[in-house]
Amino acid sequence: GKNEYDLLVIGGGSGGLACAKEAAQFGRKVAVLDYVEPSPQGTKWGLGGTCVNVGCIPKKLMHQAALLGSALKDAQYYGWNIAQPVHHTWSVMAEAVQNYVKSLNWGHRVQLQDKKVKYFNMKGSFSDPYTIRGLTKAGKETIVTAENIVIATGGRPKYPTHIAGALEYGITSDDLFWLKQSPGKTFSEFLMDVSLECAGFLTGIGLDTTVMMRSIPLRGFDQVKYFSPTQQQMASLVTEHMESYGTKFLKRCFPTKVEKLESNRLQVTWKNTDLGTEETDSFDTVMWAVGRAPDTETLNLEAVGVKTNSETGKIIVDASEATSVPHIYAVGDITEGRPELTPTAIAAGKLLAQRLFGQSSELMDYDNVPTTVFTPLEYGCVGLSEEAARQCYGSDNIEVYHAYYKPLEFTVAERDATQCYMKMVCLGEREQRILGLHFIGPNAGEVIQGFALGIKCGATYPQLMKTIGIHPTCAEEITKLHITKRSGLDATVTGC
Amino acid sequence: SFQAHKEDKPQKLLEMNGHTSVPHSYDYDLIVIGGGSGGLAAAKEAAKYEKKVMVLDFVMPTPLGNSWGLGGTCVNVGCIPKKLMHQAALLGQALQDSRKFGWQFTEEVKHSWMAMTESVQNYIGSLNWGYRVALREKKVTYENAYGEFVGPHTVKATNKRGVEKLYTAEKFLIATGERPRYLGIPGDKEYCISSDDLFSLPYCPGKTLVVGASYVALECAGFLAGLGLDVTVMVRSILLRGFDQDIANKIGEYMEEHGIDFIREFVPIKVEQIEAGTPGRLKVTAKSTKENQIIEGEYNTVLLAIGRDACTRKIGLDKVGVKINEKTGKIPVNDEEQTNVPYIYAVGDILQDKLELTPVAIQAGRLLVQRLYAGATSKCDYVNVPTTVFTPLEYGACGYSEETAVEKFGEENIEVYHSHFWPLEWTVPSRDNNKCYAKIICNIQDNERVIGFHVLGPNAGEVTQGFAAAIKCGLTKEQLDSTIGIHPVCAEV
Repeated sequence: GKNEYDLLVIGGGSGGLACAKEAAQFGRKVAVLDYVEPSPQGTKWGLGGTCVNVGCIPKKLMHQAALLGSALKDAQYYGWNIAQPVHHTWSVMAEAVQNYVKSLNWGHRVQLQDKKVKYFNMKGSFSDPYTIRGLTKAGKETIVTAENIVIATGGRPKYPTHIAGALEYGITSDDLFWLKQSPGKTFSEFLMDVSLECAGFLTGIGLDTTVMMRSIPLRGFDQVKYFSPTQQQMASLVTEHMESYGTKFLKRCFPTKVEKLESNRLQVTWKNTDLGTEETDSFDTVMWAVGRAPDTETLNLEAVGVKTNSETGKIIVDASEATSVPHIYAVGDITEGRPELTPTAIAAGKLLAQRLFGQSSELMDYDNVPTTVFTPLEYGCVGLSEEAARQCYGSDNIEVYHAYYKPLEFTVAERDATQCYMKMVCLGEREQRILGLHFIGPNAGEVIQGFALGIKCGATYPQLMKTIGIHPTCAEEITKLHITKRSGLDATVTGC
Repeated sequence: SFQAHKEDKPQKLLEMNGHTSVPHSYDYDLIVIGGGSGGLAAAKEAAKYEKKVMVLDFVMPTPLGNSWGLGGTCVNVGCIPKKLMHQAALLGQALQDSRKFGWQFTEEVKHSWMAMTESVQNYIGSLNWGYRVALREKKVTYENAYGEFVGPHTVKATNKRGVEKLYTAEKFLIATGERPRYLGIPGDKEYCISSDDLFSLPYCPGKTLVVGASYVALECAGFLAGLGLDVTVMVRSILLRGFDQDIANKIGEYMEEHGIDFIREFVPIKVEQIEAGTPGRLKVTAKSTKENQIIEGEYNTVLLAIGRDACTRKIGLDKVGVKINEKTGKIPVNDEEQTNVPYIYAVGDILQDKLELTPVAIQAGRLLVQRLYAGATSKCDYVNVPTTVFTPLEYGACGYSEETAVEKFGEENIEVYHSHFWPLEWTVPSRDNNKCYAKIICNIQDNERVIGFHVLGPNAGEVTQGFAAAIKCGLTKEQLDSTIGIHPVCAEV
């Protein structure tokens, strides 16, 4: 029979909504199914997906709250008479953030309405390749058929279920941003940057925070062991900074169990692999940030033959976002081999809609996608990490320029800039094309964005050197990079 | 110290002293007049190539008697103190925002001008010191003396105590920069201050009238208001002449909405002192530029920011035949920064038709020296130089303004893409929805190449820098569109 919709999108997050709204622009009949399965702790939220509700948005706002805490300390040095220390109230911040997120939920619903996209607050699963069965919270069923289906159900935080008590007593980022009360003294086991970001802002607002890590931080980001007088690792610079500001790090340890105490606090037991000992401490909150799992379990993908990666569980797609079933597509965090970022999901979703309904043939370019980790000292990067470049081209064929710099605003505020660092990875030969740029410092995202464009244009080191700097900014230091790692010279920037 | 010597003094003596290749027995290979951004960059670069270099730097005190150390305008009375005071004002705003983000403190926080100025001046002092050390380490001779040409290849250096010395060099670099202009009305030099005085003012300026509409005027007005002072700006005609006017107006609007009064189309004709003090009370009389209206106002401080004049009239240029633009005082140079006298070069704010920016002066100075002494051929690229105006709402730009693009290419050949945006960090404190703005101007005939970039919003400088690099690489709209944004930051817009 005739399918009801031209496009059905399962998942109302960054990728799904972008795709749906774009398709509607072409006058197509579009529907979106969005449903949030409550977290083990019972947290749920509205339309908009991870980014809006439990990701980028609340994270950046809470990061901002922490940065403002630093600003309050700096302000004294700039002449503002403010009594220290200043105290922070979680509930004021959380309420403000949550209200803003709710306004975004509302905004998305209005947008869908305006664009005549039908919205179902239902959990979808495949009945057959063109049919989705939607279930409301109350259990009411609706059948929807569509010519094209896009799966954009994203991911949810994983629990380390092998650790006793992890599921019963721990929270994840899904819960953190919706807590009505302060998390208090917090323990976090960490594998990804989410944990560092959260630990960063929790410390910044005055909470006692401990991060436990088994191995190296920011896995997948830049990780360099370089044999020079100073060992430089972007990741360790970030954590060093956090440590100097009070976040506790327990390295090369792993938790073994979580128990609830009579006081209602939580006791965490862990093994210290260096000392071979077992240690414990009690916390108000235990937060897991050990990775995210794709939300595909309840979709019934096997019934329609959509293939997933056996290891990661993510949906396998080709360069046009198509799954193993021709009219079924996938975008966003759910797809295998793609960066888990909002802007890429949005771009991929839009381009997909343009190809399906707008006679475009443009494919998504996943190369040179810039990103930023919003730790207290932010880390922005685009392009290849140093290791990837060495691996790709050989150590002899790449040149790495770097510098330690001091943001002007830190001077008067007497703030430590030891970890403010930047490096640029270039091809050694010919025009010295820039392969990657890494920046640690304030406003890293703002700094990197424009350079990402430059790299997309094939920017070379000489072109960058011809670009005049804007003074006084941190970004201008990038245009002045000239000390190579190879030279072993001191890379500290000294004055104008 | 050295004395002037005749042509026939044996070169051997100089060689024995360990100095290499000073031809024609000049004292120096290069004498730089002016120890600012351009001059110091050039001097330090020349020293790298083992040239014998001297820097003469001298600050003529302001009408109110103010002076400063080595480093030039940027370090002492320009970019550096300006950005720090701008930061102080931004922190005031951050204090207000922080309450909405959960921080608790007593209602009103007061600002101490003296505390801020002391911190800022201490930092500047460390920079002055740093420069002196750097010159010493690089074996550049530095004299705190006023340099002026007295004859071919010869300058006279006069120090604070009036002691004169003569020096000769094979080549010279003029980098004397500029100083603030005065109105030429009764009371201006006696009672008004300029940016030369503001950053080290030993008392809070209080209720201030800023005269002018340059970026200096707006930046100063902006941070003074941000620190809690009552500020009025008196503008003769338009704001930020030479900048994109669409954006200039938005900047003005924002400042007005944030408590700064603007008096438009008036010029002061007289400044009188009502009461002496720190600050005192001044009466300003102003005349309308359109009709015969006269107004009066009372202020604690009057800050003049109506423009800057090149320091070229009293350095003996006539004695060596260096031509200057008689009207503006600026020095025309070729694309190798050479004046009409082959052995005399110039960089920085004094150049005709070039941008008055520190990084431009530094780049020009360095490249010039590399061409002179290291066989390099690169010339300073003055095209697509990015800038930022650090007004309360910051403005970053690179390339053509909308008006200039229309003029040059024709309205039908350019496409302007624009967007208002609301920085995420301003949502929670409910600040200024829809004030931030970004626009790019593309040349339709050249593959929609981006020829102008403008952003109005926080951290505009940080945002603009990378775009400037991309524009240098010939960025097109298509490439811009296909670049993924970092989320959530302002720059992704």
